[in-house]
Parts: sequence; C-alpha cells; structure tokens
Amino acid sequence: MSSRREVHLTIPIAPEMEITATAQVAALGEWMEMGRDKIDEVKMAVVEACINAFEHSYTPDRKVEIDFRIGVEDAGQGRSYLEVDVVDAGKGFDPSRVETPSLPAKLKADRKRGWGIKIIESLMDDVRIESGEHGTRIIMRKYR
Amino acid sequence: MSETLKVTVERPDATVAILRTDGYINNAGGEEIARQAYALMGGGVSRLLLDLEKTKIVNSIGISILIEILEKLLDQGGRLAFCRLTPTIEKTFQIMGLAQYARLFAAPEPALAWLRGESE
Repeated sequence: MSSRREVHLTIPIAPEMEITATAQVAALGEWMEMGRDKIDEVKMAVVEACINAFEHSYTPDRKVEIDFRIGVEDAGQGRSYLEVDVVDAGKGFDPSRVETPSLPAKLKADRKRGWGIKIIESLMDDVRIESGEHGTRIIMRKYR
Repeated sequence: MSETLKVTVERPDATVAILRTDGYINNAGGEEIARQAYALMGGGVSRLLLDLEKTKIVNSIGISILIEILEKLLDQGGRLAFCRLTPTIEKTFQIMGLAQYARLFAAPEPALAWLRGESE
C-alpha cells in the first residue's frame, strides 16, 4: 500500500449533505481495511464536524471543504490512519471557550444541543481545531 | 439522496409503546420521533422503547431531541429504553451520559420487561 492517498470533496450547506461525506469515509476505510466499527465512528465524527460548520460558521460561500487522507506514520513504517479535515471559511470560534456539555445540566436547560465537539473528540484518536477570523479547520485522525 | 426517517408505532399495552425507526435520526428525524412520542404520551403512554435496529446513523441534533423526550418522560415518572443500537450509536449514547437516565438493551424483550417493571 502506498503511504498516502487523498480525496477532496466540496459540499454545499444543505440538509443531509453531510451524508455524502460519510460515503467517502466508508470507501477509504474499507480500502485501508479499517474495521467496520471504526469506520462508523469516523463517519459519525465527520457528520458532527460538518453540522458544526453548517450551523455555526456562517460561511459566506455556503460550502464546506473536506479533505480525506490515508497515511502511515513514521515515513511509512508506523501505524496507518485515516485523517479527515473539515474546513469552512466562516467566522471561526475559540475552541477553549466551548463549554463541555453534561447530560444532567442539559436535562434542566432549554438548550439541549452543543454535543458535537465532545462527540468528535471521544470518537477519534486525535483531534485538532484551527480556527480564526478566516474560518475553521477541524482535523480528525483515526488509526486503523 | 434522501435519508428521511420512517417511524412505526406499536402499543403492546396501555402505558407502553414501541417506536421503531428506519433511517437517519437528524433534526427532521428527531422531530418526527418527538411528534409520535408526545402523541403517545398525551394518550397515557409513560414508558417508551425506541428500537433503532434500522437506524445506522444519528447526529447530535437528533439526539438532543431524544433528550427532550427523555426529560418529559422523567418529569411524568416514566421510563425510556433503547434497543438494537449499532456499536457506534451505543458508544455515542454512553459518551453523552444517556445510559445514566435511559436503559440500553441488545433486544426488545428485555427492554420491554424493564419498562414494565418486571426486571431491574
């Protein structure tokens, strides 16, 4: 297997377009022989990252860019992984100010939402969020 | 492309109902489940089983609507159970802490027994 394989996808901000991205996850995950449950976890994380961009970015171009990469650590000698970047050109946010949700608090609150980042970080092996005034890039990695 | 959720309802007795979902539980899907659940609760149902055998993907907006249903059931002294979740959906529910307030089962029968108070 070559050490790197990449796919780029642009999706419009529209209902259920996040499902389109999950098809790429499935295809690449199967190609690299990632287990079914791990593929499903990446799909769920990608859905959450897309929804985060759809709901909160207010990106003027009304689209989200997604990069999918298969790679191998340590110059091809280490663990293989599937990495997905979900990118918007919106207003950005400060990840350090995102409140960690808890169900006891949510049950009493009017707003039940706000779980996306917690779910992404829990399902993926490594997550980085780069965000500023020109947009947000959520970089998510899952090892095979 | 359409992932529109279908919900079918079975009411095995006066206070228990089963909602079987087929498709993506997103905002629209969650709202459809809530519509059916609140109609049942208005008709005397206080114990709900959500059978997700045919749901392979959910998102956090859909789950947030399920939390609203859970809140209303708990306020009425009711119970909520889920069964036949994919491993990833079950893991997500655990991450969110749903299993502290609702019970997750592998199959419908033990879920119904718990809802009826026949098992712990």
